[in-house]
Amino acid sequence: MIAPFGHVLVVAGIIFVLGVFCAVVRRNLIMIVLGIEIMLNAAAIVFAGAALRWNDLEGQTFVLFILAVAATEVSVGLAIIVYAFRRTGSFDPSNFNLLR
Amino acid sequence: MTLYGFFFYVISAVVIGATAIAITRRNLVHAVVYLIVSFFGTAMLFYLFGAPLLAALEVIIYAGAIMVLFLFVVMMIRVESSEEVMFPLSQWLPAAIFGLIYLVAAVAMIFETPGAEVSLRLLTATPKQFALYVFEHHWFSIEVISLLLLLALVGALHLGFRKGAARGLSAQDADARLEGRRAGPVSTPSEAASAAVEEKI
Repeated sequence: MIAPFGHVLVVAGIIFVLGVFCAVVRRNLIMIVLGIEIMLNAAAIVFAGAALRWNDLEGQTFVLFILAVAATEVSVGLAIIVYAFRRTGSFDPSNFNLLR
Repeated sequence: MTLYGFFFYVISAVVIGATAIAITRRNLVHAVVYLIVSFFGTAMLFYLFGAPLLAALEVIIYAGAIMVLFLFVVMMIRVESSEEVMFPLSQWLPAAIFGLIYLVAAVAMIFETPGAEVSLRLLTATPKQFALYVFEHHWFSIEVISLLLLLALVGALHLGFRKGAARGLSAQDADARLEGRRAGPVSTPSEAASAAVEEKI
């Protein structure tokens, strides 16, 4: 007996909200990408817990995919950040307004 | 409460606390290190949920590779001691209220759902069972994921190339052109501020 599945959902929900807060409120491109990582991590926790709840390995498989997608997203995202920093010399998203 | 239940609550508290500290740091290196603590905790949660292979992968990929990538970018780029300002309260207060309403509704729903109070039993999927399952049912998705990783590699390489380097121009030329463009209309507030400081001096 570990804990009720509802508690796992609540913990993951709190972590997800923290990730949303980080991605929305912070004005720094690196912190925004970190927030997305936190959200993906919360989703992975729910999938792992659900795999145990319904005794099905499908959930763990999805955690594997989430890990791969997170690695992809962070590599391309950080490359874009470095590129944007070379062009504007800043991390502030409000400076990227060339199209305006 | 069993011993494993105790572990679950303690580790969850550490994960939430480390994440909350990480997202409020101004120093990016501190934020990344706190997030590594958080991801170690997540790996322990995975182990508790009977997924030892995923716990190892979480430590290797998330805490190891991804966070080190963040550290490299932070080290590579000189981060000016940022005067990062949060959005004004009036701007994000409505969003916070709506989010809070959703959170309360979600928690209420979670505890009203029948079956939510069922306690999780201790079970472990050994790496062998897990691997057999994945390659029996999801071999095609694994191939797609490998293609995705290859595309990410190519994309990151393409973005990382300095402009002009591929056409035989030296890196200095590209930098000079970049500087010329930067002095133009795209000069940023921070640069304008530093220029103003230089003029004062």
